[in-house]
Formats: sequence, C-alpha cells, structure tokens
Amino acid sequence: MRDKDNILEVVNLKTRFFTRRGVVKAVDGVNFELRHGECLCLVGESGCGKSVTALSILGLIDSLAGKVVDGEVRYNDLDLIKCPPDKLRHIRGKEIAMIFQDAQSALNPVFTVGDQIIEQIKLHLKVEDKEAKDRAIELLREMGIPSAETAVNSYPHQLSGGMRQRAMVAMGLSCDPQILIADEPTTAVDVTIKAQILDLFNELKITRKMSLIFITHDLGVVSEIGDRAVIIYAGRDVETAPVSEIIESPKHPYTVGLLNCLPDFAKTTDRLVSIRGTTPDPTALPQGCTFHPRCPRVMDICQQQEPQSIRISDEHIVSCHLYN
Amino acid sequence: MLDHEILLDIKNLKKYYPVTSGLFSAHVGDVRAVDGVSFQIKAGGNLGLVGESGCGKSTLGRAILRLEEPTSGEILYKGKDITTLDKKGLRELRKELQIVFQDPEASLDPRMTVGDSIGEALIIHKIVGEKEREEKIVELMKQVGLEAKQADLYPHEFSGGQKQRIGIARALAINPSLIVADEPVSALDVSIQAQVLNLMMDIQQEFGLSYIFIAHDLSVIKYMSHRVAVMYLGKIVELGDKKEFFQDPLHPYTEALLSAVPTLQSKKRERILLHGDVPSPLAPPPGCRFHPRCHKVMEICRNIEPELIEVSSGHQVACHLYD
Repeated sequence: MRDKDNILEVVNLKTRFFTRRGVVKAVDGVNFELRHGECLCLVGESGCGKSVTALSILGLIDSLAGKVVDGEVRYNDLDLIKCPPDKLRHIRGKEIAMIFQDAQSALNPVFTVGDQIIEQIKLHLKVEDKEAKDRAIELLREMGIPSAETAVNSYPHQLSGGMRQRAMVAMGLSCDPQILIADEPTTAVDVTIKAQILDLFNELKITRKMSLIFITHDLGVVSEIGDRAVIIYAGRDVETAPVSEIIESPKHPYTVGLLNCLPDFAKTTDRLVSIRGTTPDPTALPQGCTFHPRCPRVMDICQQQEPQSIRISDEHIVSCHLYN
Repeated sequence: MLDHEILLDIKNLKKYYPVTSGLFSAHVGDVRAVDGVSFQIKAGGNLGLVGESGCGKSTLGRAILRLEEPTSGEILYKGKDITTLDKKGLRELRKELQIVFQDPEASLDPRMTVGDSIGEALIIHKIVGEKEREEKIVELMKQVGLEAKQADLYPHEFSGGQKQRIGIARALAINPSLIVADEPVSALDVSIQAQVLNLMMDIQQEFGLSYIFIAHDLSVIKYMSHRVAVMYLGKIVELGDKKEFFQDPLHPYTEALLSAVPTLQSKKRERILLHGDVPSPLAPPPGCRFHPRCHKVMEICRNIEPELIEVSSGHQVACHLYD
C-alpha cells in the first residue's frame, strides 16, 4: 500500500523494447517514491532509462516498439500500469502532466501557442472558449512572458527558445496538475535562459505546491532545484538520497565518478578523474552489477551477483556490494 | 622578430552575412555575426571563447580557418596575413590550423572507414608514403585511446565519445600548431566529457600546440584555457587571464554568466538574473549591445558603444563602468 506521504510510488518498473538487434532493457527495475510537494530529480547519462521511466509512468510507451513488462506505478488507489487507456487519458495532462525536453519539436508548428494550451484545457476541464483563452493568457503571464495577450496568438517559431520553453511549462500547468514531470527542460537553452527557467521552477514549487519529477543529466541543476535525487545507471536506480547528501557524501562509485567528472567540482585544476569505459549496450548488460566493468572498486562478488538496494540511513538508499 | 611568440593575431575581424529581400534580392541589411574582434594567442596558449548561442563564437572560429570568408579585418598567423591567401596558400595553411567540430556524428563520412578518414589528410598533403601511412594511422589511433584494429570499422560502429576521439585524431594527423575546437564535448555525456578533456590536455602537453576552445559551458572553459574571451552579439566584451577572469569578472554580462551557471558549491553566488533574450544580430541595439539586459545600465550606455580597453595588465573589458 502507498505511504501517505507519497503521492506516487514506482516499484520495480521494467520497460523493454523489442528490436531486431535484440531486447533492449531500457528500464530494468527502477524504484522510487515521490513525496507531496517535493522536487525529485532523476539523474543519469543518456540512454540510462530516465526518460523511458517517465514515459512508462504516463503510459506513453509506443505499443508497437516496447512494453512495460513488470512493476507498478501507484498513484492514489490506482496502478497506472494496469490502468485502462481511457481512464489514463483523464489523468495524463490533468493530474500528471509532462514537459518535454525540446520545446521546438514538442510544439506543433502550425497552431498558435494559445490554441495548443486551450486544446488541453478544453480536453480536461468543462469551460467555454473565452474562459479557456483567458486562462491561457493568465498562465503565460505567470510564466513571465511579456505581453502575454500577443504571445498567445504567436506561432512557436515566432517565440525565442526560452519563451517556447515557458509556453511548454504553461501548457503543462494548464490543468493544475498534482504532479509535473519535466524531462530535461533546461538542456536545450542557453545558460542565462537556463537560470531563468530554474528560477521559474523554484517559484512554482512554492506558489503551486505541486510535486515535481525533474529529469536531468546535470548535477549542477540538481543541486539548484532538487530536494532528493535518484541516480540511474543502465536502467536501475543505484543511489537515492537527499541532494545535499548525494553531493557531499555520495556512496555509490558511479555517483562518486559522476561528481569527479565535473570540472566545477574538481578540487584541483589537474586532470579530471574520469570514469573509464562507456555505458553498456542495453541489449547485453553485464552480469552481476551492471556498473562493475567501469567501477574502480570492483570486487569478485560484483561480477556475479546483482547488488540489492540497502538502506544505509533513513533517507539514503544505495545498491552496491561495498555496503553489504 | 619582435613578437616571435605570438602565434595568431586577429585584428578587427568582421563577418557579415547579407540579408536580401524581394524579387531583385535587394540588400536590406546584414547579420553581423562577428563585428570587429581583435585578440592574440601565444604559442602553446589556450584561448577559451565563451558565449551564448548566436553570439558568433562558431563563426569566429570558422573564419579564423577561412572556412568562412571574413568580410574585413586581418588574421596574422605567425606574422603573415592569411586573409589574402590564394587556394594554394590556403592548402599549406591547413597543415598548421585544424578544427574539431561539435557534432562527431555529422563530421565523419559514414561511408569511409575511420582509418581512411584519419589518413585522408596525410594523402592530401602528401606527408607520408603509403606504407608509413598505415603506421601513422595506427599511431594516431593509439594516441587518442583507440585500438589499431578499429581502423577498419565505420563511424556508426563507434560511440559518441569514440567518434570525437577520431575527430581529434584527424585534426592531429598533420601536426598542426593550432586547433580550433568548436564545442568538442557539448554533445557528450559527462563521464565521457572528462575523458575527452583529459585527452586534449595530454595531447597539448605532448605536441605543444594551442587550442581555441569554443564552449558555452564555463566550467569546461575554466578547465581548458589560459585566457578567456567572452562574446556577446559578435563582439568581445571581456578578455583576460583565466584566474583573474574567474575571480574578478568586470563586465556585467560576465558577472551574470558566471552567476547563472548551476554549481554544486553549497555557498551559492547571488544570482544576477538577466531579463529577456539575446537581441537579433540583424539589428543590434544602439550604444552598448548589452544595455537592454544590463543590471548596471547607465545613460551613456544607450547611446555610445564602449571600446575594449585594458584595465589591468592583460585584462580588457568593453564597458562604460570602467571608462
């Protein structure tokens, strides 16, 4: 049963894609819980399964290519994985909304930004055209878009990258969702715009009291916005802890490696400590711990046995044989 | 010779792209991608070029190699102006100046084995004979951390980080003295970024070459460069030695850039939030180009464009605050 502090629980989620080259285990047993009003960051490198996790939660995995093969996503009294599509359609966008990485390709170029926000409002809420439009303008204004009355009638190409991203956030928030999933919303924008968007999210966290899942590969962003973080490697969660603990006392060798890779974090200006090798082929994951071929502290057991997640303190969970 | 250690001296370089309109393609204006840039690079020194997208940093990098024809200005390489070189001279120049592109995916020919890609420049410049060429390719691949047997593979068989290593090997093949690296790690994952940055540092130590390192990521710039130049809308607004630059940034735009970078430090810098977006380079604002977004804007900034002046040894800034 779901803990009352948690608004969403993901348990042992497994998503596979069936390709000609073999079965891709994109998500291979991810566990985390999202608490009321917190910002949870899913952190990992490209191909680790963080975006697929988000898509699986919302039932957006293309049924021709892949499938959620195991696990539960507990929301209210529902398991979203087993939820029938028409019921899920009422939850998606209304109660759980998602913002995609690339606003340029996520917005439809032949409709105005306003039309696209209004479409979503009218789909989920029973309101008149006029009211929906007013609501869209109000949202754009809340996102800090200057002259929202004109922006609402603009086509995506008429807006700058930062403005488009704000419009995407406005769309995500249009039906007052309980949970907002943001997939790398700051990756495609410049650093000064990134700062603006991060500040916007920090504000929304307070004003809207919503729960946020923030997907990113950038630990700097995590430290700016996250309350807790889940580090994902090769489709599995390897470490979960409050952000300050992740940064100050990381436990999993992969987390340690990720932090050391950052020129910002490195104490000296000498060589960066890099993680050797590359992320494994998801059609042929290594035996035992999936990180062992790259791990600087690898032991015999790591090559044979998959580590279980261990709770090393109230808030800190790590999957590594070092802590057995 | 007087400035024997100055490798590259750029004087008032401009690159405009004409904008035309209508049936007869009337010239209606210019996109001023690079609008009067001057700086010098010493042999063995690295310049980090930082700025937001559209500020002209890539165009500048390409213009230095004459991959883009500069509109005006001088590029003195070892004291010789290369903007007037003919085709033959340009080919000679390519032995000295090389580039590593941002997207390793797009910069390698998918139908050539990587061995052939790396060896292509050796053939064009007739540097080594056929037999030595094989040896040289193997040597280059080892230098960038790849295995000799991988020379017969095609680009799609490599990961992103490996492709970037191949791009670096290609640039290294003819022993250049300057490599323009245009966002070489921004398409790579963090764990791979560190590997490639380390590789580039090792190569510098071994070959004693210089880099112009173009990036939007200030922490990467901090790691890779000796001097840093900040570009905004086609102009350099601040140029200084790395240490001074990061400790004591002068230009309000630099301050804002530094404060905008998400950091892991628990003691956060107070963030200076810039409003709005970078204006169009087709019609840059009058006066100081940064004034509509500047948090320290004064009356004079709206009318008069500030010159790049030296405020302390080697530290230049273009801002009326320091007039």
